[in-house]
Amino acid sequence: METDRRSLLKGIAAAATMTVVSTPALARERKKAPDDAVGLLYDATKCVGCKACVVKCKEAGDLPADIDGYGGGLYDAPEGLNESTRNVIQLVKDGDETAYVKKQCMHCIDPACVGACMMGALGKREFGIVSWDNNKCIGCRYCQVACPFGVPKFQWSKTSPRIVKCELCRDLLAEGKLPACVDACPRGAVIFGKREELLQIAHQRIDENKDLYVPKVYGETELGGTQVLYLSHLEFEKLGFRFSDDASVPETQQTVQHGIYKGFVAPLALYGLLGAVMFRNRKRDDQ
Amino acid sequence: MDTIAAYLERSGVSRRDFVTFCGKLMVAAPFGLAITNFLDVEAVAAEVGSARRPSIIWLHMQECTGCTETLLRPVAPDLATLLFDVISLDYHETVMAASGHDAEAALRDAMKQNDGKFVLVVEGSIPLKDNGKYLKIANQWGVDRVRDVAAHAAAVISIGSCASWGGVQSTGINPTGAVGVDQVIKTRPVVNIPGCPPNPYVLLGTVLQYAKTGTLPELDELKRPKFAYDRVIHDHCPRRPHFDAGRFAKQFGDSNHRQGWCLYQLGCKGPVTHAPCSTRHFNDVVDAWPIGIGAPCFGCTEAGVGYTLALHETVPIKRPMGPDTYPAVYAEGKGISPLATGLAGIVGGALVGAGLLASKKLDHITDTETKE
Amino acid sequence: MTTYTDQSVPVPSPRVSGERVRVRGVSFNILLFFAAVAIALIIWRFVVGLGASTALSDGYPWGLWIAFDVVTGTALACGGYALALLVYIFNKGKYHPLVRPAVLTSALGYSIAGLSVMIDVGRPWLAWKLPIKFWTWNLNSVLLEVALCIMAYTVVLWIELTPAFLEKFKDDAEWPRLRAFARKALPVFDKALIWILALGLLLPTMHQSSLGSLMLLAGPRLHGLWSTAFLPLFYLVTCLAMGYAIVVIESSFSAIAFGRKPAMRILNRLGTFAAWGTLLFVALRFIDLAIKGRLPLLARFNLYSALFWAETLLFVVPFVILLTKKNNASLGSLLRAAMLVALAGALYRFDTFLVAFDPGPGWHYFPSVSEQLITIGLVALELAIYVAVVKNFPILSGEQNVQAHHD
Repeated sequence: METDRRSLLKGIAAAATMTVVSTPALARERKKAPDDAVGLLYDATKCVGCKACVVKCKEAGDLPADIDGYGGGLYDAPEGLNESTRNVIQLVKDGDETAYVKKQCMHCIDPACVGACMMGALGKREFGIVSWDNNKCIGCRYCQVACPFGVPKFQWSKTSPRIVKCELCRDLLAEGKLPACVDACPRGAVIFGKREELLQIAHQRIDENKDLYVPKVYGETELGGTQVLYLSHLEFEKLGFRFSDDASVPETQQTVQHGIYKGFVAPLALYGLLGAVMFRNRKRDDQ
Repeated sequence: MDTIAAYLERSGVSRRDFVTFCGKLMVAAPFGLAITNFLDVEAVAAEVGSARRPSIIWLHMQECTGCTETLLRPVAPDLATLLFDVISLDYHETVMAASGHDAEAALRDAMKQNDGKFVLVVEGSIPLKDNGKYLKIANQWGVDRVRDVAAHAAAVISIGSCASWGGVQSTGINPTGAVGVDQVIKTRPVVNIPGCPPNPYVLLGTVLQYAKTGTLPELDELKRPKFAYDRVIHDHCPRRPHFDAGRFAKQFGDSNHRQGWCLYQLGCKGPVTHAPCSTRHFNDVVDAWPIGIGAPCFGCTEAGVGYTLALHETVPIKRPMGPDTYPAVYAEGKGISPLATGLAGIVGGALVGAGLLASKKLDHITDTETKE
Repeated sequence: MTTYTDQSVPVPSPRVSGERVRVRGVSFNILLFFAAVAIALIIWRFVVGLGASTALSDGYPWGLWIAFDVVTGTALACGGYALALLVYIFNKGKYHPLVRPAVLTSALGYSIAGLSVMIDVGRPWLAWKLPIKFWTWNLNSVLLEVALCIMAYTVVLWIELTPAFLEKFKDDAEWPRLRAFARKALPVFDKALIWILALGLLLPTMHQSSLGSLMLLAGPRLHGLWSTAFLPLFYLVTCLAMGYAIVVIESSFSAIAFGRKPAMRILNRLGTFAAWGTLLFVALRFIDLAIKGRLPLLARFNLYSALFWAETLLFVVPFVILLTKKNNASLGSLLRAAMLVALAGALYRFDTFLVAFDPGPGWHYFPSVSEQLITIGLVALELAIYVAVVKNFPILSGEQNVQAHHD
């Protein structure tokens, strides 16, 4: 009886070892932005909240109006990113200070949604743009669970739903045009460019106006770095950016998962071991 | 002194014209002004008509005479005449016939006649640098001339941006040390009516209010009459719907511009400019104002905006408009139906209950009892 | 001794050969009624879409169907896995009589979970690509691993169960061909089954741990008391405990419903395993929190700490119940302890997937009536099939009839 328990505990311990112990040694490397990474730089101090980007984004994506939000059913006034809104301007009130904040896909360097997606419907494709493939998605919504920014949206109202998210107007980029939101912005509050150059511009702006800006470019390192960068005069947490860890979400998960499934060696070994033990047991019984 | 009504009758001005004028005044000052605070134009005409014609002395400093011009250029010439019938313009260098010593004598007479009762209107900024030697009128430095006249005036009105805060002369290095009138005159109430030019009805409304009631209209912190300067142009701009819909002219003459879209991206300063332009157009012509004819507002009424910012520069919007139409950073989710919670409670309760009942039923079965 | 197809064990058929078994009764009809309601609601869900038929939202894209039907459901269906581990690896043949009912429960539980997933996903008509288009697999995706493992394991479970059907057909199939096939197939199964059984141990080890890994990707949105790199281990340990617990529960209800005599000694031992499993889990959890320096989170009085303590209590109480009885608990206390373990495991899973998952202020989720009714209906369907199969095929073979004992 004692031996039973001991052997069971041994078995659990073996599984545990396999699951966890080997992992820290294999910690996954932090990803770098692709060489051709493009992105947006949004400057909250420049935005005047005109929502031109929201309108143009809808036009570019041929998305329907969202009349369920503010505006009493009369206006297209989305309350946030949703199944018909890929880009939205939100208002932050902090005492006397106000700020607008533009929300859209952050195009992470190491996107959680891409790590989550079973069939690679969401992928980091040309220019590092995270885009969605209609033919591969089965609608499991794991991307929604994974995204720390709450970006991918699901068409709940449709019987044949899609995932709706900003794809940085990659069709317009291919025509040599600017993303719709950038083209629409009357103040240059959101600009488009190579990520590296945008970072330089951002730091230059901070250096030139130290009193105005929070001395940080959100997205430079946050959650593994994003291709959409933010400057602000209010703390980023107030703008709705809840997390500022440097590690990306998939980093931890893939460290664990790769630790267990590296080359599929461990599962195969376990399979062989289980088979061998059972084979031996039967042989012994047959004798 | 005559009342306005008596004077107009004597001058042969038709009552119809006067009532029309009062109607325009009502439109220019829909609220905030005692003389127009009536429901119908007849009442306004009666109120204004019963006032005595205000005596006005008008001094020119460093200016372009645009403010005077706007007073003289309504589309109907009769109205210009009417304006000068309603007020008693006792001294005005541009429109008076006299010149030289005769003109100066007229000024002295007018000051003596209405000592302490006349309204001084100053057009143009006052140079202070080098003891004010950049402006000399009638052998007198500009600054001294304003001080002398103001000492006898009941109130001072600075007409135009130059008189209000220095205007175009004060920008950049400000070579003459130009300042607004209220920097020089501290002993008399000063009303600023900035604009390049300002709307003449704002001046008339202020003056007539003073003539009738002896009071000045309510002023904001920059001494501008609130009835005209309480809101920014953007708040009442006819192109505002285009702004709200994100429809911007990108270049002068592009298809967006020709369709009358918002001029913000071209550098319109409407969102920060406090002025009545968007509701009171110029020269009695509908849409005769910058934005109306497709030119961005350049912010002439605002110090630090007009003549300071480049024409193409866009401005931050300090007052968020209609904050309720913006979603908060954290939005509201779906609610919870009480039916659903109730059902979950019943199912959970049933499971726990069934489990407990079953376990009670099985309490008597033990290993020792059912030895294998 | 251990065998894989039960051929060597003289199996008393649950009924006299050739006689039609009466499956339907009042309670069976009630089960069918709930199942019918669920099927109607499932059709409705496909007509109106997920938004109108569920309380799911962009904040809580996964709800009851994932948290219960899949994550908790498959863990409760781990009886087959946990027992197989004992019987085939640790060579404890005495547990063998419990294996078949446990495997049946597992097969049904996993099938229902698979069905739930097909209801839950937005574009199920593309799901066929999942096992087939392997060249588009994202090998980083935990969900892919879970999905493929669950699909494969469901097949494995039904294969493991096939001998039970073949044994029946071997003796009294109405068609001679089927009878002949069954007689030929059985020895083949006996030979091949060992590698299938090994797969049946490997697959749940992989996906039950990975069900925990799923929420690793919720990253910072998962509360600190639940978010840990040890999630896969914790899910594996708790699923084993829940597996043993569910075998106890199943035997208890068989005793009530079918008047079967429970193998008390074995059940006592299983209860002990479950208890040690939970204790291991609780200990590991506290150690992990201590290492991460997150213990202060427990001292804060809020929903999260309250739920954590509730889980801990639910895991510890059965341990206390079972150890104080010194391996001689009554079936009643065994059942109570097992239910507590199952409840604890379920709460742990609900907390990880729903309560401790914080998509940001403003989002709420509570399963809608239709979500709940579909889940209830699917469980009812599972029970109905279980009853029908048990009454027609040699599943509960090892347990003796305690009809006489049963009052």
